Order: sequence, then C-alpha cells, then structure tokens
Amino acid sequence: MKTQWHLFVAFFRVGMLGYGGGPASIPLVHKEVVGKYQWMDDSDFGDLLALANTLPGPIATKMAGYIGYRVSGWIGLINAVMAVMIPTIFLMIVLLGSLTSVQGGGWVEGMTNAVMPVVGVMMAVLTWQFFNKARKGMGWVQTILFTVVALILLELLHVHPGIIIAALLAAAILRKEPKDEDEKGAVKGGDEG
Amino acid sequence: MILYWKIFVAFFIPGVLGYGGGPASIPLVENEVVGRYGWMNVQQFSEVLALANSLPGPIATKLAGYIGYEQGGILGAAIGVFATVAPSLIIMVFLLGLLYKYKDSPKVQRMTLYVRPAIAILLGLIAYRFFAESQAQIGWIQMLLIAGSSYLLIERMKVHPAFVILISLVYGGLFLG
Repeated sequence: MKTQWHLFVAFFRVGMLGYGGGPASIPLVHKEVVGKYQWMDDSDFGDLLALANTLPGPIATKMAGYIGYRVSGWIGLINAVMAVMIPTIFLMIVLLGSLTSVQGGGWVEGMTNAVMPVVGVMMAVLTWQFFNKARKGMGWVQTILFTVVALILLELLHVHPGIIIAALLAAAILRKEPKDEDEKGAVKGGDEG
Repeated sequence: MILYWKIFVAFFIPGVLGYGGGPASIPLVENEVVGRYGWMNVQQFSEVLALANSLPGPIATKLAGYIGYEQGGILGAAIGVFATVAPSLIIMVFLLGLLYKYKDSPKVQRMTLYVRPAIAILLGLIAYRFFAESQAQIGWIQMLLIAGSSYLLIERMKVHPAFVILISLVYGGLFLG
C-alpha cells in the first residue's frame, strides 16, 4: 500500500512538473526513482533509458510503466502510468472545455518559457553524469570516440537514435570475449607512443 | 462501436510508429485526426496542440486523452490513451525482463557501457534544444539568469527540483508573460 502511494506521488510529481512534453520529464523521473526512492541505481536507469529510446511510443509513459512494473508488478505499472498522465489530461479537458481562449495567453506562455532553462539545466547535469559513468567504465579515449561518432551520426547524418542504439547493443553482443589483455596492451602502447 | 475502433486505430498507429518519444508522434496524430478521420481541421488541431504544449505532462497522452474525450467521452479518452501507451509499454516490460535475467553476463554489461555515450548525447541534444528555444523566446540574459540560479539551487544547495520548477513557473507567469 505504501509502495503504491510512493509510486503514485513520484509519478504524479513527474507528470505535473514535466513542462515541455515527455522528454522534459526524464530528469524528473531520474530524480524521483534513483535519487529519492532509490528503486534503481544509475546503471539500471541508463539501460532503461536506452531501451525506452530504442522502442517507439511516448517516452514518459514507457518509463513510468516499466518502473512501476519493476517496483510492484502490473498494479504498479497501471498506478504509475495513471499518475503520470491522468492529472494533465484532466486539466486539458477542463481548460479546453471551459476557457478556449487560454492558449497563447501571456502568462501561460511566460510560465513555459521560464521553466525551459530549468529543465535544460537538469538535462545537462544528467548528460554529464552519463558521460562521466561511461568514462569510468571504458576510459577517456573510447568514451570521447563513441560520443563524437554518436554526435556526428545523430546531428549531421540524421540517423535515427533507435538505429544507433540498436547497433551499439549488437556490437556489444557480437564482440568476442575475453579481450582484457589486448586492451591493456593497447592502452599501454598508446601511452608510450 | 465503430467510433471506438476508429479512436483505437487513430492512436495505435502514432503510438507504434512514434520513434523518438511523444513529440515525434505529433505529426502522426495530426495525420490520423485531421487527415484520415476529419475529426478536426488544421486550425482546431493547432489550438489543441498549443494548449497541450503549455500544460505539463507527456504530450502524446494529453492529445490522445483530449481528442478521444471529444469524440467518444470518457470511454473514448480511455481507449485513445490505452492505444497510445500499451503496445510499446508491453514490449518494453518483456524485453527488459529478459535483459535483467542475464544481467551479470559480460555481454549484457558491455551493452550498458556501450550505450552510455549515445544516451549522453541524446540527453545533451535535448538540453541544447531547451536552451536554444528559451533563448529565442526570452533572450540570453533571462535564460542565463534562470539557468544559473536553478543550477545553484538544484545542484549546489540540493533544493528539490519540484520547488525550483514551481518558483520558475511563478516567475515566468508574473514577469515573462
């Protein structure tokens, strides 16, 4: 019961504060799930985000649903998905039903504009955390290489992120084991050269 | 009955084809709702979209919920939302279940590692778009002021982001409208 309440509160907050659509709520989900309630650690959250990005459909509900499921099964899934979307849908129906002239209204737009840099900062901090974790796992050289290649593919060649992530996953599976000695040798050689 | 089936199809297609999160499915929703079923014209759709953008929460489900409600009441809203959310969520639950089963294998651990820089870039690009968009709307000075103070509050003083977002909403409503 308490778990369900926590799930509800966590994803209610994510839904109500996630200005700018689903992706804006990613750092909020991270804050609740990894930071506050510690339902998963950073590396699990990273896996989840990668897979959620690879699959189609809205991102916020995929994250909410899956985390709800992991924390307490199908009821948790339904609870979290409801919490993240029902309040805002309800707001939307009420607002559009009663005052249709609210859209483009000055103060609503001002609110959206002011919240964007805040979400931007949270997103940037999360970016740095992912980069830093990657660096700890596979070193500066490989991390920068992977990052630059991903950036070029995404921004210059406009390859779909799902394809890039799928290719990375495939590369991880297909690579031969174990290569520890080779890697150490390569790094050492690089340092000396 | 036929109406509910149409609502289901209209939101099932954007849900399954909408790669890149909610916002990616907006043009797909428009195609179904305006183009195929003619439930609203382009003008009405853009008004709904404008309001959906000003409200918090995921965008795809707000559209599905609202348009479903307009067409078929509460049941219509429920069907629209279900069609948007369920297919990809169910796939995700099963795929991740499989992944965690083999969590300790070196291959799965390497998958996690390889994917991280790409996720960092994706998040970084979203961050960049938020900054660029807000700079275009409210200018450099306001944008840097809000970004700087929210960084200090969230990261240095460990204030919960909910409070910082609420403060910024009030500030924006009062001074940036």
